[in-house]
Amino acid sequence: MEALARLAAETVDTVAKTAADEKNIAAAASAGFAYGLAAIGPGIGIGYLVGQAVSAMARQPEAAGMVRTTMFLGIAFTEALALIGFVVFILLKFA
Amino acid sequence: MSDSFVTRVEGPAPEMEVGRDMVRRGLIFTPLYLAVCGVIWGLNGVWSAGYGIAIVLLNFMLAALTISLTVRISLALMMGAVLFGYLGRLGLIFLAVILVKDAGWVSLVALGITLIVTHLGLLFWEMRHVAASLAFPGLKPESANIESVKPLDSI
Repeated sequence: MEALARLAAETVDTVAKTAADEKNIAAAASAGFAYGLAAIGPGIGIGYLVGQAVSAMARQPEAAGMVRTTMFLGIAFTEALALIGFVVFILLKFA
Repeated sequence: MSDSFVTRVEGPAPEMEVGRDMVRRGLIFTPLYLAVCGVIWGLNGVWSAGYGIAIVLLNFMLAALTISLTVRISLALMMGAVLFGYLGRLGLIFLAVILVKDAGWVSLVALGITLIVTHLGLLFWEMRHVAASLAFPGLKPESANIESVKPLDSI
């Protein structure tokens, strides 16, 4: 009877550890997904932005300076979205 | 070979100018921001905020350098460099934060907030200046330098 109780206690411990591990794994995977998804949008945005800027510079080389200035700021603004996703990721995962 | 591979843009690099301007503004704003972080998070907050500001300023300069170097070679190369540079710079920021996350002097909340606030704050500040320069070119400091223009009767 005593051995049975010990076995039951060990089983409960094992199940609890597994549940905690699963929770950690799920949290890590979710944080990774969140960061990945936060990086996809800006990636598409930067690709579109730079494509249009290249097109504008090829059509009007005399406006290249203005296009490059606004392109640079646009890239930095778009990148801010990924940075926000990254900060949320580190705060959720490590803080 | 199509035009996009051989088209390149010569001349001055405005993004380096914008990048340098942002670094200058960042350095102006740093002491005040560090003081605020010191009040809120203590000494750890000051170190973390300083580290965060350094990351953001380096990120801006790296982005500007990538564009200004590659645009002289080819527009297609610039596009590739910007896209892969985006991933690379995100990776560098990730690495820079992961390396120090367990250090005793790091406050992750201060570091995270600094990354966002500095990045967006400097961008909005610079955008305001650039928008004014583009809308009113006559207000640019270079154009207003009337001392360098000799009067007609002195020629």
